[in-house]
Amino acid sequence: MEGLAMMGAGIGAGIATLGAGLGIGKIAAGAVESIARQPEAAGDIRGSMILTAALIEGVALFACAICFMIQSKFAG
Amino acid sequence: MILAGATHDPDRIDILHHLMDSEAYYHVATLPGGISLDITRHVVLMWIASLLMIIVMSSIARQKGLVPRGARNLIEPVLFFIRDELAIPNFHDKANRYVPFLWTIFFFILFCNLLGLIPGSATATGNLSVTAGLALVAFAAIHITGVRENGLLHYLGSIVPPVPWWLWPLLLVVEIVGIFAKPFALAVRLWANMNGGHIVIMVMMGFIFLFKSWLAAGISVAAATAIYMLELFVALLQAYVFTFLTAVFMGMAAHPDH
Repeated sequence: MEGLAMMGAGIGAGIATLGAGLGIGKIAAGAVESIARQPEAAGDIRGSMILTAALIEGVALFACAICFMIQSKFAG
Repeated sequence: MILAGATHDPDRIDILHHLMDSEAYYHVATLPGGISLDITRHVVLMWIASLLMIIVMSSIARQKGLVPRGARNLIEPVLFFIRDELAIPNFHDKANRYVPFLWTIFFFILFCNLLGLIPGSATATGNLSVTAGLALVAFAAIHITGVRENGLLHYLGSIVPPVPWWLWPLLLVVEIVGIFAKPFALAVRLWANMNGGHIVIMVMMGFIFLFKSWLAAGISVAAATAIYMLELFVALLQAYVFTFLTAVFMGMAAHPDH
């Protein structure tokens, strides 16, 4: 059972990273594209890029924190 | 605390226990409910950060003249950046009222983060209790801003945006969850980011003991140094992100109409 729980924690962290990577990658792609189109709006675009990236990152970190709790429950 | 105080098995390394560093230097008191007031390394590190801030900032603030000298060259552009990029877009003409708070929270987090990167010291912001305290301050600041700019009744009324009446109860629940999710996310984000790098360095160094070879040692040290450089960047970035999000939430509370 312990091995399964550890595997679950690892797989969960991996999937969270996958989702966050995809999401932040899309944001960065959109931001770079729009800065290239409209360089004078770079400041505003950077601001909203960081805000949304931070929000996605927060969700991913929640997932990682939960995985860590599982890990430390069985490894503690 | 859920994570601290786990039973310690010497055969296994509990990373979180290692990072939480709950060893107390000096026992003060334990409040009812198990809230410890002991002086731990993280508390001492926060004192050092505050002391450094007082020394550096007051010596810079006392400088006269427009041309900066010494450390003012380093700090002043950062202060201007926070004022021009964070405070003015969110508070417009009332930026001067809130910018000292943003400066303080930015530099306190930054000093704590950077002090934690000195080998042998500890990251105070890598403790969930510390970041929860910071998030509590941000929570108070958000709502004090809202009440101060709009008045209590108008602010309470603006928690739910104008929607059709049948949607109102649902949105009330969503908005109330949002009010508490914001500082929770702030706390967990800072805590997890500051610990993430440390955990990666620890795993990298663990490879040496796992493989027991000189080749692994070389690769591990190189990789850990690279991660350390990344951590320097993350220390700056997370201080900025915390300040940025606090400023945005305060701005949203100050101007609920848009």
